[in-house]
Amino acid sequence: MFASLLRKGRPLWLALPLAVGVAAPAFAETITVTIEKLAFQPAKVKAKVGDTIQWVNKDVLAHSATARDKSFDVIQPPKKTVSQTLTRAGSFDYYCKYHPNMKGRLDVAP
Amino acid sequence: MLLRWNAAAIAAACLMGCATLAQAAGPAPTDPQIAHIAYTAGALDVAVAKQALKKTKSKEVKAFANDMVRDHEAVNKQALALVKKLKVTPEDNDTSRALTRQIKDEQAKLAKLKGKAFDKAYIDHEVAYHKTVNGALTSTLIPSAHNAELKSFLETGLKIFQGHEQHAEHVAADLK
Repeated sequence: MFASLLRKGRPLWLALPLAVGVAAPAFAETITVTIEKLAFQPAKVKAKVGDTIQWVNKDVLAHSATARDKSFDVIQPPKKTVSQTLTRAGSFDYYCKYHPNMKGRLDVAP
Repeated sequence: MLLRWNAAAIAAACLMGCATLAQAAGPAPTDPQIAHIAYTAGALDVAVAKQALKKTKSKEVKAFANDMVRDHEAVNKQALALVKKLKVTPEDNDTSRALTRQIKDEQAKLAKLKGKAFDKAYIDHEVAYHKTVNGALTSTLIPSAHNAELKSFLETGLKIFQGHEQHAEHVAADLK
């Protein structure tokens, strides 16, 4: 089928939408959450399984993203960036275990 | 003597239970005094935490005390850098002295305790202490601060102290 689209005289770009639409995988994304002055920004994130969260801690204090259901506990040392690959679908309320007034939410689609 | 005391000094003198008493009239603290009070409040919490680290057998209390040392040392390092940048010389004052006296008394009480009694007393003190400092920050130190960077630093400090208060409350609940 593609061969006919790629017949001489036809522009290549005609073949591409079909190839991409049918065969392309969903690409994993990297989502940045900045931690600054004791706040997660953005506080609410929508992601999917396979995505990576990049936690960028701009504070001089260590923080954590600790799921209330205990399914993850990511520690962000002061002034460091930590990556977390999302392996489970679900809605996760999380908080910083050192400063529980810091709260956020991760909604992970399958 | 009462005439010389400002609101923050009165709050500090009534540490355990008088957190709301910071509204009394009197001259507001100056920026150098505020810087000194904020630094002292953190340094005193480090001192009590180090005492706890020597005495406690509880993993959770040890972790909490380590968090206090780590956080307050980091914040105070930032405080020193800020006053250096602003060319502000922290000035000792009645509030800092009252806080220091209160904590020395508390440490003497804690020194006589051990085991679960120590753990409970230490964590209960931490809840009360952070509540009091939060009250002073909210009612006096932040509103009185003139320099915008100092004010912003104190506002972040308030969030940290509020976080510590909540953390201490979680630990207190687990110790029951």
